[in-house]
Amino acid sequence: MLAYTFKRLLALIPTLLAASVLIFLFVHLIPGDPAAILLGDTATPEEIAELTHAMGLDRSLITQYFLWLGNVLQGDFGTSIFFRIPVLSVIADGAETSILLASMTMIWIMLIGIPIGILAATRHGSWVDQIASGGAMLFASIPTFWLGLYLILIFAVGLGWFPSSGFPSISDEGGLWNIRYLLLPSLTLAAPNAALIIRLVRASMLDVQREDHVRTARAKGLHPTKVAIRHVFRNAMISVAAAFGFTFAALISEAVVTETVFSLPGIGRLVVQSILRRDYPVIQGVILVIVCLYMIINLLVDLTYARLDPRVSLK
Amino acid sequence: MALLEVSNLSIAVAAGGKLLPVVQGISFQVEAGKTLGIVGESGCGKSLTSLAIMGLLEGSQVRIIGGTIHFNGQNMLTLSDKKRREIMGAEMAMIFQEPMTSLNPVYRVGDQIIEAIRQHKKQTKQQARARAIELLTLVRIPDAEKRIESYPHQLSGGMRQRVMIAMALACDPKLLIADEPTTALDVTVQARILELLKELQQQTGMAIVLISHDLGVIAETCDSVAVMYRGKFVEVAPSAELFSTVAHPYTSGLLSSIPVSDHEIDRLDAIPGRVPMLGEDVIGCAFHPRCNLAQECCSLKDPEEVSLTQTHFTRCHFPIGSNL
Amino acid sequence: MNFISTIQNVFRGRTLATIGMIWLCVILVAALAAPIFAPFDPLDIDPIGRLQEPSWAHFFGTDHFGRDTFSRSIYGARMTVVIGLGSVVFALIIGGLIGMLSAYFTRLGHVLMRIVDVLMAFPALLLALVLMTLLERSVTNTIIVIGIVYATTTARILFGMTLKLKGEVFVDAAKCSGAGHSSILFRHILPNLISPLLVQASFIFAFAQLQAAALDFLGLGLPPEIPSWGNMLSEERIYVTRAPWLLLFPGILIIISVFSINLVGDAMRDSIDPRFKDDIAGV
Repeated sequence: MLAYTFKRLLALIPTLLAASVLIFLFVHLIPGDPAAILLGDTATPEEIAELTHAMGLDRSLITQYFLWLGNVLQGDFGTSIFFRIPVLSVIADGAETSILLASMTMIWIMLIGIPIGILAATRHGSWVDQIASGGAMLFASIPTFWLGLYLILIFAVGLGWFPSSGFPSISDEGGLWNIRYLLLPSLTLAAPNAALIIRLVRASMLDVQREDHVRTARAKGLHPTKVAIRHVFRNAMISVAAAFGFTFAALISEAVVTETVFSLPGIGRLVVQSILRRDYPVIQGVILVIVCLYMIINLLVDLTYARLDPRVSLK
Repeated sequence: MALLEVSNLSIAVAAGGKLLPVVQGISFQVEAGKTLGIVGESGCGKSLTSLAIMGLLEGSQVRIIGGTIHFNGQNMLTLSDKKRREIMGAEMAMIFQEPMTSLNPVYRVGDQIIEAIRQHKKQTKQQARARAIELLTLVRIPDAEKRIESYPHQLSGGMRQRVMIAMALACDPKLLIADEPTTALDVTVQARILELLKELQQQTGMAIVLISHDLGVIAETCDSVAVMYRGKFVEVAPSAELFSTVAHPYTSGLLSSIPVSDHEIDRLDAIPGRVPMLGEDVIGCAFHPRCNLAQECCSLKDPEEVSLTQTHFTRCHFPIGSNL
Repeated sequence: MNFISTIQNVFRGRTLATIGMIWLCVILVAALAAPIFAPFDPLDIDPIGRLQEPSWAHFFGTDHFGRDTFSRSIYGARMTVVIGLGSVVFALIIGGLIGMLSAYFTRLGHVLMRIVDVLMAFPALLLALVLMTLLERSVTNTIIVIGIVYATTTARILFGMTLKLKGEVFVDAAKCSGAGHSSILFRHILPNLISPLLVQASFIFAFAQLQAAALDFLGLGLPPEIPSWGNMLSEERIYVTRAPWLLLFPGILIIISVFSINLVGDAMRDSIDPRFKDDIAGV
């Protein structure tokens, strides 16, 4: 297991390097001169040229890439043009919000997606199933930001139950209770992804339900609920787990939008704002971190998959 | 009263808003310690019959539309779900055709047997585990202590079928239903599994209903035989009597398509034609389009059951070797 | 294979999918004949009649410039159709070619599929965002960006399916009868992939709507002056407390449209070759 994990980690390196080249190129092809943006409208051409040199932007792209990569490998992602502090600490500032948001969302997805998916599969064809799978498809068709805006309108502005935007750190005044700021955002973010999980759980359980071993389980005299959970759902989890990487990617994408709608100081909103501010070093850093994270999650998914299915051997 | 009494059982499949009959009013009895064989081509309704007895039809497109099934004096069709589940896997157990897929691939075989035991008996995990090892030894799985930790994909088809049998025997059933237990296996393995079943029957005194498309398999193992064609029993007799005095042309056709190794034959006789499709109406005797002895009345009227001896019944207008 | 009977097969007994298909046709007609149906010019500004509630004159009310939301919604259907079809065609042609060629020419596949892998290491919207920053906000660029994102998934799917078909007997038979590579790929393999491709197309169409709306919302999609449903939501969001209906109509239009496409896609998936069912991931 350990050796296999190590091997898989090694195999990530070429993809990661290629991704880093892409990220670097993307960012450097963005129109607009960062030095000019940084200095504002009043800057003289001399000042701009000086800063350009100081930032190393006048060297060849290849040199710039290797300098950047070398620094990244040492944990130095550069300095934010906008915040004028190291990129890594800008990212770290957003991490708390994003990690908490992602965790809460995951809890919602599990709490909503899995039971409803199981219910729809076990009552296949009934009105429960039709409402569950139709509703899931409907929720997968709603733009995240639209849902977020109306949740704000109804529950924050209208009823005043929850705060409408922002997120003070849980180490600030209010402590853990500040989590309530993330309730609406996490529900918004969970909706389309829970919908995805409902459909996934339902479809794979229906597939498993047709397998012979389920009949064997019933022939033992097991209660239908036991059969559904212990035999059908347990086996369906294998394909649900396999598709989890996809859900996570959707989660990251939608987090960008959700954090923007709710003005959360997270990494997703940081991406959008840095793009709008042309804050090169931050864009590079954040996207590299997200891609790394995404690849590690995919690796974890594969490892879980192997644990769930004894037929998969880790060779 | 016999251990298992099925009378007038009818099963239909719901398709396109219509109920298509697949099993039409069959009746039979199985005494404790005896083996009944049900033989027929695929699609004749024999597997559905076995699933109906076991109570595994629910939730599908298939429904029992008439008749009764009495097991051990209880009417299985009116029993509550809870009561029936208490019988399933305990007093009545079943093994299936596909040993490769009938075990859950994600659990160790030991745990699957233990699950069957603990479902019906108040035993600790250790007790159940010891019993599982005992069962695996009983079905002649070598190295049972080790094998109990195996996953199904690590075992051969024959081994898996032995595991299935061990699981079925977990709670000493009074009745074992074996639905094509050897069809998916190699011929040599087939023989060993059949032998094993016979031996286990002698040890435990359980009754067996053996379903097969292979009259050879039936001949070796069963006390009596029911030949099924298109949802009806066309001939029922004790094994010895059936093989000595075949009455129905279909049975005779099945017999002559068994390869016999000890004398030379030029060719095997296959029964011409095919089983009519579900929902396809055949007027008269269902077998007449394929029967080489058919006469005019066969295509007009479905034959009634006629008894040739006290224990030998057939549904044919012109039974072979009789002067009716 | 008869085209009409195939369509009948897909929609028979599926009321919802049929309604979905009808809705898609309505959108198509609205897009084609927008000037006929729209009671006002979608760009006409009326500073006095700002943020009006829905009325008989303005079915969906007016926005913060006093423009008629109903007319803008009808013109918005154009963008829905253009962006949707554009990204589908782009993704299917580019992604389809990459996938098929990669599966057929193994060496080439090693290189091309590695590139696809790298692109797929980026979550979809993130890739779109980064690409969008390189390009100006325009209709064509939005199509290209969304097209690239879904070309990667299409390539991966077609790679798998072509690989399956490549091993089949009919391909060997074609080889034996002297068919060239292009003939095998496009005359023997491709026809088998048409119906799964259509299903894939429907899902790309649906995802493209949501992606385009999200890009619009983040201010990185279509140019703001173009009336698309996403832009309408993006522009009017700050007035949501004063005029909540402004976001209601374009939002519901997006939802119904995406839902309809998903329903049709689902119905189509149910009636394709079961061999390919697992390859296509819908909603």
